[in-house]
Amino acid sequence: MTEETALNFECETGNYHTFCPISCVAWLYQKIEDSFFLVIGTKTCGYFLQNSMGVMIFAEPRYAMAELEEGDISAKLSDYDELKRLCLQIKRDRNPSVIVWIGTCTTEIIKMDLEGIAPKLEAEIGIPIVVARANGLDYAFTQGEDTVLAAMVNRCDDTPQVEAETEVEPKKNGFSRLLNFGQKEEAETQETEYKDHPPLTLFGSVPDSVETQLTLELKKQGIKVSGWLPSKRFTELPSIEKGNYACGVHPFLSRTATNLMRRRKCKLIGAPFPIGPDGTRAWIEKICSVFNIEPEGLDEREAQIWESVEDYVKLVRGKSVFFMGDNLLEISLARFLVRCGMTVHEIGIPYMDKRYQGAELALLEQTCVEMGVDVPRIVEKPDNYRQIERIMAENPDLVITGMAHANPLEARGFSTKWSVEFTFSQIQGFTNTRDLLELVTRPLRRNNNLKELGWTDLVHEEDAKRITV
Amino acid sequence: MKLAYWMYAGPAHIGTLRIASSFKNVHAIMHAPLGDDYFNVMRSMLERDRNFTPVTTSVVDRNVLARGSQEKVVDNITRKDAEIHPDLTILTPTCTSSILQEDLENFVQRAQLDSEGDVMLADVNHYRVNELQAADKTLAQVVKFYLQKAQKKGDIATEKTAKPSVNILGPTTLGFHNQHDLTELKRLMADLGIEINQIVPQGASVHELKTLPQAWFNLVPYREVGPMAAHYLEETFGIPSVEVTPMGIVETARCIRSIQKILNDQGATVDYEEYIDNQTRFVSQAAWFSRSIDCQNLTGKKAVVFGDNTHAIAMTKILAREMGIRVVLAGTYCTYDADWFKEQVNDYCDEVLISEDNGAIGDAIARLEPAAIFGTQMERHVGKRINIPCGVIAAPIHIQDFPVGYRPFFGYEGANQVVDLVYNSFTLGMEDHLLEIFGGHDTKEVITKTVSADSDLNWTKEGLAELNKVPGFVRGKVKRNTEKYARENNIENITAEVMYSAKEAVGA
Repeated sequence: MTEETALNFECETGNYHTFCPISCVAWLYQKIEDSFFLVIGTKTCGYFLQNSMGVMIFAEPRYAMAELEEGDISAKLSDYDELKRLCLQIKRDRNPSVIVWIGTCTTEIIKMDLEGIAPKLEAEIGIPIVVARANGLDYAFTQGEDTVLAAMVNRCDDTPQVEAETEVEPKKNGFSRLLNFGQKEEAETQETEYKDHPPLTLFGSVPDSVETQLTLELKKQGIKVSGWLPSKRFTELPSIEKGNYACGVHPFLSRTATNLMRRRKCKLIGAPFPIGPDGTRAWIEKICSVFNIEPEGLDEREAQIWESVEDYVKLVRGKSVFFMGDNLLEISLARFLVRCGMTVHEIGIPYMDKRYQGAELALLEQTCVEMGVDVPRIVEKPDNYRQIERIMAENPDLVITGMAHANPLEARGFSTKWSVEFTFSQIQGFTNTRDLLELVTRPLRRNNNLKELGWTDLVHEEDAKRITV
Repeated sequence: MKLAYWMYAGPAHIGTLRIASSFKNVHAIMHAPLGDDYFNVMRSMLERDRNFTPVTTSVVDRNVLARGSQEKVVDNITRKDAEIHPDLTILTPTCTSSILQEDLENFVQRAQLDSEGDVMLADVNHYRVNELQAADKTLAQVVKFYLQKAQKKGDIATEKTAKPSVNILGPTTLGFHNQHDLTELKRLMADLGIEINQIVPQGASVHELKTLPQAWFNLVPYREVGPMAAHYLEETFGIPSVEVTPMGIVETARCIRSIQKILNDQGATVDYEEYIDNQTRFVSQAAWFSRSIDCQNLTGKKAVVFGDNTHAIAMTKILAREMGIRVVLAGTYCTYDADWFKEQVNDYCDEVLISEDNGAIGDAIARLEPAAIFGTQMERHVGKRINIPCGVIAAPIHIQDFPVGYRPFFGYEGANQVVDLVYNSFTLGMEDHLLEIFGGHDTKEVITKTVSADSDLNWTKEGLAELNKVPGFVRGKVKRNTEKYARENNIENITAEVMYSAKEAVGA
């Protein structure tokens, strides 16, 4: 991204609501099936997780709090001994393949040397321990995943992938191959469908079905995905060799990208993110262009997807949207919604990595030009109080916001969609366009249903303008 | 360090925020890192509050860590003071500020110089008290602050009201059914001819606190929040308190009799016996229910009770004394107030459990195999896992425990509600057993001819694997749609790709 962009960046006070980044354990423990997440923090962290994860908490989750007590804070107790005791208990009860320690604000402040303790304890108890400092002092919400994946990058082995496949695979899958003769042949014939290109690793945690969809999408172009970070199991982390290519599927993975480049000497493909048919297409095109492959059939594919969701696009076309900002998906979502014909008042975002999101920002700008709308202001570290003042003044048709403000805004007659849902839904790739629009249009469809009733303003007049955040 | 999967009482700052957000026009500023303001989400989601939660964070970030908050906290307080003119701003420490050891008191004093409203530091230590203790403490602190201020200014109102009157101390936001309890208490006071002097903190204005001493007595219905403020008022202004939770027929009567005594001691001549008798025998259904043959069937059935002190104690007494149910175990997570709990329930249960460990209570339930559980959301899930019905009687609670319908637990209507809760829990349990004995409602083998029953289509292995990733309740639909699509497009082998093309084509 260059300096001569027309995009307008602002930075406010950082007084905004978002989820604590430790929330990433909620989706990562489910994604990485043999993991156990230990959050080393206080009751405050535990209370947040317990309440934000709702019913998941009762399903014997593979996560727990190492709750710090006064003795831990005043260093009366040895961090090493305490962590050893808890990790042995976890090993005994759950026997995971990896224990991920989530460092919190408290471990930062008391300078608990998690990175120092982990290797020693790992050797002693025989389970890999990955340390991620996903704390609220430094990060917001989805950036938690970034810290975990960035730490996992160092755990990927660096055996050359081509050799690894020919040598290791027959051993690993020997038994299952015996059972599935036909499938093996099928796999081998498929192998030739791929074009010749250097190994590509994709990074970002998505549900398994989205992983399959995106992998198949690239397969259509003859591109083979050598591995995903994270994989379903910690024991199946992809191997990453110097000179491999890597491409992100989420906009909030700057540290992971940096680690892949600097530590593992990967080449990063800076592409827009596969959110919406426009983003997915641009993502595939960019990967193809890096590998000198002429993409095939993308025009028709994108057009066909747009056609199939026209009934939903119709509902948002010509309407306006305001992003308060809390999960870093905002730029991509705004770009998609501009393509759908919406205008964007403001894109609030916790943190803006102009390099990692460079291609996405360029696509946003280009989309605005093509759709003939003004480029929106991008507000980093927003101030919720001022944002709500702006919302009241500008009267957007839709506000995408966290749950702290959604109900108060609805009561004042604004349509809102809570942003957290975008994090927990399948929104990537061509296939999920409808699900994405389903989310965006839901408040509009609901409020259309209720419009006739005339119950839009549901607060007393003296409260209506009162913002107490 | 403690390995914990679940906690019953929240951290201290939640208690302070519950008090702050209960008052009218009081603002709380948390000294906390980004993301610690989850309280706002709970207030907005669980209570479905229509207004913005009056809580802001003075964000502790890397810079604060390196250089200290410096002007930041003071600026945030004065900014809010100018923007929304709160009567009072409460600076709320968190676990983070407890260890940063910044001089928050000094910030408060400096902010006070430039603020129109009052500014106060909540005197709670994360590592010493929990949510409930902090709420009790903060409420007492606010009450004391305004009474001392009024004393200093000399505009305190100490002469008693002409007619008997009461302060109700304790109802807060995010309290278990507190709003409904409060309505029921107001109704009860009206029935008894007692004026409400003040309700604190729910909906109260800090400027009115100076009239607290005008009440004849304080009613403190919750053991967890209110006693400290009541004791201060008793010591300083000699206002007596009634600390009997009016939950259940017997305890409601005891509460009313305590009120009667206190009023008569102060020269009133009230006799509530007839009211109690009439309500008990004819108005409320609970006493009659105890006598009815339905309740006979519950005799000697085993129940486990677990919750906060207020609700677990009251529930234990109701089950044992009013319904003849055998409480095999009564427990509380209010470990700091364990003696009170034991003293209250000892005569009404076989076993007492004082623990904050959800595993301990879960194990006890599994061991005792009661016919029903009365506990928190955690016990409800334990019950689900081992097929024992559970009625939720205490926090921690979910959104379904904030009903919009009228559901008090206190007073005579509350007794009716409790009867329904108990009865429904047990009958469901019995129905369940009968179904099991007779093998279920209906035969499960329904003979249907689905589209795929005589399918000529072939699902490939990876196709099937993808299909199995689809959540169970929509899998059938996805399968049918995919096969329909495959048939229309003359595709014989259904792969994962075909499945997703079908999804795109049908738009669902």
